[in-house]
Amino acid sequence: MSAAGTHFEHPDVVVCPGGPMLLRGKHTIEDADGVPHETTRPVTAVCRCDRSASFPWCDGTHRVLPAKLRPT
Amino acid sequence: MHLPHPRGPLTEELLGALRSGIDDFYAVLAAAPTATGEDAALALWVLHELHYRGFGEVPEQLEWDPQLIRVRRVLEHDLENRLRDRFTAPEGLSFVEDVFDWIDGHEGPSLARHVHRDADREQVLELFRLRSLYHLKEADPTAWVVPRLGVRAKAALMELQYDEYGAGDPNRLHHHLFAEGMRASGLEPAYDAYLHLVPLEVLEQNNALSMFGLHRRLRGAALGHLAAFEATSSLPSRRMAQGLERLGFPAEMVDYYAEHVEADAVHEQLAVRTICAALLEEEPELEEDLWFGAFTCLDLEDRFARTMLARWGVEEEVA
Ligand code: FES
Ligand SMILES: [Fe+2]
Ligand SMILES: [Fe+2]
Repeated sequence: MSAAGTHFEHPDVVVCPGGPMLLRGKHTIEDADGVPHETTRPVTAVCRCDRSASFPWCDGTHRVLPAKLRPT
Repeated sequence: MHLPHPRGPLTEELLGALRSGIDDFYAVLAAAPTATGEDAALALWVLHELHYRGFGEVPEQLEWDPQLIRVRRVLEHDLENRLRDRFTAPEGLSFVEDVFDWIDGHEGPSLARHVHRDADREQVLELFRLRSLYHLKEADPTAWVVPRLGVRAKAALMELQYDEYGAGDPNRLHHHLFAEGMRASGLEPAYDAYLHLVPLEVLEQNNALSMFGLHRRLRGAALGHLAAFEATSSLPSRRMAQGLERLGFPAEMVDYYAEHVEADAVHEQLAVRTICAALLEEEPELEEDLWFGAFTCLDLEDRFARTMLARWGVEEEVA
């Protein structure tokens, strides 16, 4: 172990391949119609496939999309 | 919390001994190897329960009684062998990269689909009674894994568990949400209330979780189970919520499932990409146990779903 100690990466935004974007902490997301949505949990999954029934939050719908419709 | 009714000679011996307050359990030990099916599963469930909230009739010091631990180990050994016999590790797959596709490729009967469109009210109430055994201690078995992990995996697991426990707000604690849903639906939210009704498959689901949680050796299986559990929850929870609305169930119960649509869309990502990924970086040799835990989660749920659909005379609906 180095003398400088150990620092772990802990990003506020995590893009999940084929799935949502995770957001840590409190945020307000404005959707395409200008409506604000506040996060309520410690980590939130924001939909990137545009097909969630809970938009702007991910509801797992990306998992049933054909590969070409999933976000990269 | 009260001791259940026995389901065979082993639980007869065990419950009698626990009630009598003696600390000589050799007769129980003698009965253990011959016990079968439900009898053994109920005995193990009772012994595990001593490590959760316990029973009013059982002295607290019996939690660590060496003879009872011996009985527990005999029964766990049997359960673990049975679960491992059913499992074959997938070849050439990476858990973190491939587990979602592996789960999506799994074809099993789906209770959520049945509840969504066809179930009647009585079937759904029956499902709640049987599921209450787990939902009323949701996330608890996994809490035992925390001190067994390295720094990254530990922080990651706590990030998920914090949400399961309501992020500090008891009103949002998941097993409390289920209890509120039960109460509003006219059911008794106590986890011994329907114990006498649960079939072998439900006892096995709960016993596997407790065993994975209680043994440091099985931390990989515990976290693999967690990943599969979270990754089979969001869309089924949506179907459950819609089915409950169709049947006019109270908002509290709908809320429990609605909460799990969004929470588990987060948790499945955390479980795979942060928790299991961190575990594998620290302990790569645990990858096979991650698969074992994930497989066991899916397999035990399939068995439970099949039992219920057969009981209701419903053709299997594949997820
Ligand atoms: S990214 Fe998950 S539903 Fe859109
Ligand atoms: Fe939960
Ligand atoms: Fe969850």
